[in-house]
Amino acid sequence: MSDIKMVEAPEGVNGEGFFATSLNTVIGMARANSLWPLPFATSCCGIEFMATMGANYDLARFGSERMSFSPRQADILMVMGTIAKKMGPIIKNVYEQMAEPRWVIAVGACASSGGIFDSYSVLQGIDKIIPVDVYVPGCPPRPEQIIDGVMRIQDLVRAESLRRRNQPEYKQLLASYGIE
Amino acid sequence: MELTNEIVLKRLQDKFPDAIEGHNMAYDFMNVEFKAEMISEVLGFLKNDPELNFMYLTDLCGVHMPAQTGKEIGVVYHLHNLEENYRFRLKAWVPESNPEIASATPFWLAANWMERETYDFYGVRFIGHPNLKRILNVDHMEIFPMLKQYPLEDTTREDKEDRFFGR
Amino acid sequence: MKEQSIFGEDHIVPEEKNYNTLNLGPTHPSTHGVFQNILQMDGEIIMSSEATIGYIHRAFEKIAERRPLYQITPLTDRLNYCSAPINNIGFHMTVEKLINVEIPKKVDYMRVIVMELARIADHLVCNTVLGVDSGALTGFTYMFQERERIYDMYEQICGARLTTNIGRIGGFERDFTPKFREQLEDFLKGFPKRFEEFDSLLTRNRIFMDRVIGVGPISAEKAVNYSFAGPNLRAAGVDYDVRVMNPYCSYQDFDFMIPLGTNGDTYDRFMVRQFEIRESLKIIKAAYDNIPEGNHYADCPEFYLPKKEEVYTSMEALIWHFKIIMGEIDLPAGEVYHAVEGANGELGYYLISDGGRQPYRLHFRRPCFIYYQAYPEMIKGQMLSDAVMTLSSLNVIAGELDA
Repeated sequence: MSDIKMVEAPEGVNGEGFFATSLNTVIGMARANSLWPLPFATSCCGIEFMATMGANYDLARFGSERMSFSPRQADILMVMGTIAKKMGPIIKNVYEQMAEPRWVIAVGACASSGGIFDSYSVLQGIDKIIPVDVYVPGCPPRPEQIIDGVMRIQDLVRAESLRRRNQPEYKQLLASYGIE
Repeated sequence: MELTNEIVLKRLQDKFPDAIEGHNMAYDFMNVEFKAEMISEVLGFLKNDPELNFMYLTDLCGVHMPAQTGKEIGVVYHLHNLEENYRFRLKAWVPESNPEIASATPFWLAANWMERETYDFYGVRFIGHPNLKRILNVDHMEIFPMLKQYPLEDTTREDKEDRFFGR
Repeated sequence: MKEQSIFGEDHIVPEEKNYNTLNLGPTHPSTHGVFQNILQMDGEIIMSSEATIGYIHRAFEKIAERRPLYQITPLTDRLNYCSAPINNIGFHMTVEKLINVEIPKKVDYMRVIVMELARIADHLVCNTVLGVDSGALTGFTYMFQERERIYDMYEQICGARLTTNIGRIGGFERDFTPKFREQLEDFLKGFPKRFEEFDSLLTRNRIFMDRVIGVGPISAEKAVNYSFAGPNLRAAGVDYDVRVMNPYCSYQDFDFMIPLGTNGDTYDRFMVRQFEIRESLKIIKAAYDNIPEGNHYADCPEFYLPKKEEVYTSMEALIWHFKIIMGEIDLPAGEVYHAVEGANGELGYYLISDGGRQPYRLHFRRPCFIYYQAYPEMIKGQMLSDAVMTLSSLNVIAGELDA
């Protein structure tokens, strides 16, 4: 009995030499296992991200081998570190340049809610300016927690409908942030 | 020749008898307070004199003491002579209503950003500074945040209620 | 008028030159930190540049005026977050200087071991990321394994990996555990060989040397005038190290060398950090072999949290515990400046206390902030890719730059 875990195949019709399932599932699987992150590392959480990309914790196993620093080629925006009010317009600029479908992880306490810096110059959470999908708490979160955050994004990606980005609720969400 | 607190104090008192406003020892540093108008000559003397030769400006920062009327904002210089391994501290006080003092950039290039930071936090205007504008805060900020009358937290936030946070 | 052009005498150069403006913006393609440089370029050569910082200004100094002492230690962690123990211990030493308490020798030696481990961790980040920026990714992958071992050791002492909040005012929470000793001995045995492997990848590598020699130079006089400190100053040839000049924490008991460079260029900065890692290993070994007997904390009950067993059994310890946690201890009035040798240079703490429970003013003398001002001058006349190499060799950490 081998101890390798196999992932279950999705629901579908099996046959001799073919497997039929819905387009949603296949696209979801393909997207989930090849997410290209944009590491927006500003402070200490960025160093924990570097440790996550290193050999010990290895985020590349989850399909994130190629980190894109250009927003036009990235899928996930990983915001790691404190975002000051001076940095806010820049992060919004980067988010607007990303192409649909795009997801956002807020890694660390500072990106989620301002963290320990309840001061005049720190933005109290990036969800004040861009919509966020997954929050990873911690100061800084351990690499295992960052990987857990990426896995939750993978769950979201796998389950997402292909039409979600064109629907009025999504457009309303973006409009509430002032993003076209 | 080895520099000691007494030698430095005596040289300063000989050269600027009316600019010194006081001196004391704080732990292992000698503090000397000067009049803000004479600070440019004093710093030039400390840097260029062959015996004193303070070639290293360790730090330049500001302090706000609202209780001392007429001299609320202080500019603190930490100087270090690397060859003799001697350090001491200089202070100059300026009033909050008109916080102006001469810049130290002609003597130490390191003072450039340190003075911008002091301007950004306390509003002290350094005369002769090549590029005095805000460095750490957003450019359109109107107040000088480190002054004691301004709060730490952002006053425009809506989600955190002060009564839950003990403010 | 014909200008002299690198393409030869016959090439016609237009009379007016328009320089390109390039934004080397806050989002960097290498995880260095958020600072912006607006460059004026003539083709590939940089004519002038202007630096903008403050993109991660978190108002540490204002926060520190509103917090009791033990809540300021986590703030100091986030200054130079690659070597957080040095910042923590520096702050604790400043407070100990203010309250005038004598620290036992054993605490000094334990602190030296922790600080030198932090220095090794920080220099590893700087040098491996310098390799990554020039295309050499292997060193990064291997040396981050060593950083994981150092993180394991921090976890044994204080429970955290990166932002350690290590120690107490007056010493440490507990003595070194047997597991820590085992990990440290393994590290001391295995690290030198693995480090020499990394060294052999870059130090005498023809490509790397051609890439970094002569790039971003600064002279010794200019460096002193710009108040450089740390490895960047030593690469320019000035031997100023706070551990030697104003020894603290029993550094005078240890025998170590200070590596110096000659040109102050990127290769010198890289080599100075490589040699400093080897010297730090020597210091750790000497400290570990000679740890004296004694208590792992000083005798200052107003500031040192008592042991939990005593808190549950003795009345006095319970009262001290309550007062310290609720931040109701009054500091003596006075002003003190204390500097430690951080991984980037002289990290100073200027603490003014008015006798209250929180510091009246706490100013951090941050080496990154002070030497980054020289960056526009260092890259003038160099190519764009050299500017990136100079930036990563300076080891500018955004947390320390903006505070």
